[in-house]
Amino acid sequence: MIRWRRSLCVFWAAIRRLSGDDAWDRYIAHHAVKHPGEKPLTRKEFFRQEQECKWGGVRRCC
Amino acid sequence: MTRSFQRSVPWIGIAVLGAAAIGGIALHRGESVSAIWFITAAICVYVLAYRFYAAWIATRVLVIDPSRATPAERFDNGRDFVPTNRWIVFGHHFAAIAGPGPLIGPTLAAQFGYLPGTLWILIGAVLGGCVQDMVTLFFSTRRDGRSLGQMARDELGPLGGAAALIGTITIMIILIAVLGLVVVNAMKHSPWATSTVTATIPIAILVGFYMRNLRPGRVLEGTILGVVLLLAAVIGGGWIDHNETLRVFFDQPGLPLAWAVIAYGFTAAILPVWLLLAPRDYLSTFIKLGTVILLAIAIVILDPEVKMPALTRFIDGSGPIFGGRVFPFVFITVACGAISGFHSLIASGTTPKLLTNERDIPMIGYGGMLLESFVAIMAMVAATVLDPGVYFAINSPAGVVGKEAADAVAMISSWGFPVTVEQMQTLSREMGEATLFARTGGAPSLAVGMASIFGSAFGQGLLALWYHFAIMFEAIFILTTLDAGTRVGRFMLQDFMGNFVPRLGETSWYPSVVLASALVVGAWGYFLYIGVIDPNGGVNLLWPLFGIANQMLAAIALSVATGILIKSGKLKFAWVTGLPLAWLAVVTSTAAWEKIFSPDIRIGFFAAASDLAEKLAAGVLPPERAGVAPQLIFNQQLDGWLTLFFIIVLWTVILDMLRVSWRHLNGLPVPPVSETHHESSLLIGDGGKAVPGATAEDWVRD
Repeated sequence: MIRWRRSLCVFWAAIRRLSGDDAWDRYIAHHAVKHPGEKPLTRKEFFRQEQECKWGGVRRCC
Repeated sequence: MTRSFQRSVPWIGIAVLGAAAIGGIALHRGESVSAIWFITAAICVYVLAYRFYAAWIATRVLVIDPSRATPAERFDNGRDFVPTNRWIVFGHHFAAIAGPGPLIGPTLAAQFGYLPGTLWILIGAVLGGCVQDMVTLFFSTRRDGRSLGQMARDELGPLGGAAALIGTITIMIILIAVLGLVVVNAMKHSPWATSTVTATIPIAILVGFYMRNLRPGRVLEGTILGVVLLLAAVIGGGWIDHNETLRVFFDQPGLPLAWAVIAYGFTAAILPVWLLLAPRDYLSTFIKLGTVILLAIAIVILDPEVKMPALTRFIDGSGPIFGGRVFPFVFITVACGAISGFHSLIASGTTPKLLTNERDIPMIGYGGMLLESFVAIMAMVAATVLDPGVYFAINSPAGVVGKEAADAVAMISSWGFPVTVEQMQTLSREMGEATLFARTGGAPSLAVGMASIFGSAFGQGLLALWYHFAIMFEAIFILTTLDAGTRVGRFMLQDFMGNFVPRLGETSWYPSVVLASALVVGAWGYFLYIGVIDPNGGVNLLWPLFGIANQMLAAIALSVATGILIKSGKLKFAWVTGLPLAWLAVVTSTAAWEKIFSPDIRIGFFAAASDLAEKLAAGVLPPERAGVAPQLIFNQQLDGWLTLFFIIVLWTVILDMLRVSWRHLNGLPVPPVSETHHESSLLIGDGGKAVPGATAEDWVRD
């Protein structure tokens, strides 16, 4: 049962990671370690910046 | 000896099975052959190539060093540079490289029979495409994740860099034009397809609003909402198709649809990304991965029979779908499933920024392309499970087989592929389309193939739904490529124009945005327009041009890689990239030569132009063709010059690489190898992902 739940969690985490759903969570974790004391971006601010730079280059092929 | 023998038994077994499967499909000359042999042959070839060739390249040629910190570790910023689990990187990389190319190319190449395309997909991938993706990924990772263009400039010099930039921008224009044409041909006089594809635009905008304003950053919620709405749009399209008043509005000929696609491309390029591009990209990725998995499951469950012969009479160059003999045109037509220059743009720049450890490179670079090749094999199966007569009836342009159904059927049957008008009518009724004759571009025939596979595996009653789902599936990521490609072309052009007028280089200055977008859209819009008014369907003109451009970009990537290998003192391994490069140079040059100089009007651009000019002067053309003839003549000549330009760029880069290599081997000064210095990875041993003190050979065993 616990094993089931764990693999389900891993699967869910992979889906969130692949889709970019957890991008802000990762940013917050990174921020807490690398820039302690500074105020991080809110989810909304972060997502806006993220979208602008993410679609700036070649991202899709033929 | 006995232990090593025991260890090699499974591999020998796989080799024997693979050889039997390939031998089976190559020598089979009966009524039909089971699709499972294609899948078996492909999987055996991939497993062996990955286990032995990719591993050998990684350890001996590239000398992958797991103790070395990757750019993702060194520049970790929590955003684009992030050390990421390798399965996640694999997912991102595959989603980025897999587009409509591997689906359309094999479908068109099936006119030669299943064998030439299948063999090239398998051999081209394991010896060419996978190698290109993997070495580009490796070299970019060793160079802080630099792009192909930057690597070409650093390693070969300004000439190579300029060629890579021009190559990228031209391939983008041709690719968008041909993909736009595929969508237009799929929507032509099909209210169901047109309304479904139209509905994807407001759905994307809605999802964009959801993810930006309602629930910022909740990507999954937005995507699930969008996917549900897309499926509803497929069903809703059927309702519109049966509604007498609404269906007229969506029942359009090619030209208005082409203008709509052009207007859409322009709007999408100047709108902010969050409104259309970003949400559409999320949706298309989900639909794409889902459908590819579904198709693989359906083929395995159903095990359909491939009815196309191994070789058709059209290997002599007289094929109705596109002109040209099997050599060199099969190698140009199956572009993306075997080797695709476009992938080197993803393998450099985007993917290296996520790589946790160099040992993941074979799996992501080589393995990602193997999966893409597998998609191409499935597309080949989907095209060849159709009755050959039906396949040719769908894909042959009206200009070749005749406008009337009876003429087309008589012509195709006379080639030895029997088909009847009733059979085609029944099929189009089942698929919910008015007609399936002359639906060129590959998308409708792929959709019919997919619908019959899905229909047999998951319920026959829903054929029309499956067909339009398949059309929506192709259209949504073609339109994503169209949006994204136009925007990238716009950035490149703005960057270029900024050299002359600095203000035009500002990517957010509105007049510059509008000007650059209009230029890019105008360029591909022109080819799209010509493709639509061409009575031969346009795909037979544009697809070879795209194939040549794509292989040219692949040759540039392989040249850069070969140059780096030689400059790093690995001359004896230079054949790893040099051999596919030589083959591409031969194939692309031969194809370009024929497209330019062939006297056959179905192959040579200039021959076709002068033939049409003579007919126009003699007044033998029917009035509706005489009207567009001057434009077609100009376009054929333009295509001829463009082909010449591609081939000049190709040989410029190859000769530049040979010049740099020759200078290096003779001790003359060359641009230095731009690899960054070694920095030890601190991630080794982290989270069980790697073993402390792992050596170069370790990854081979896991």
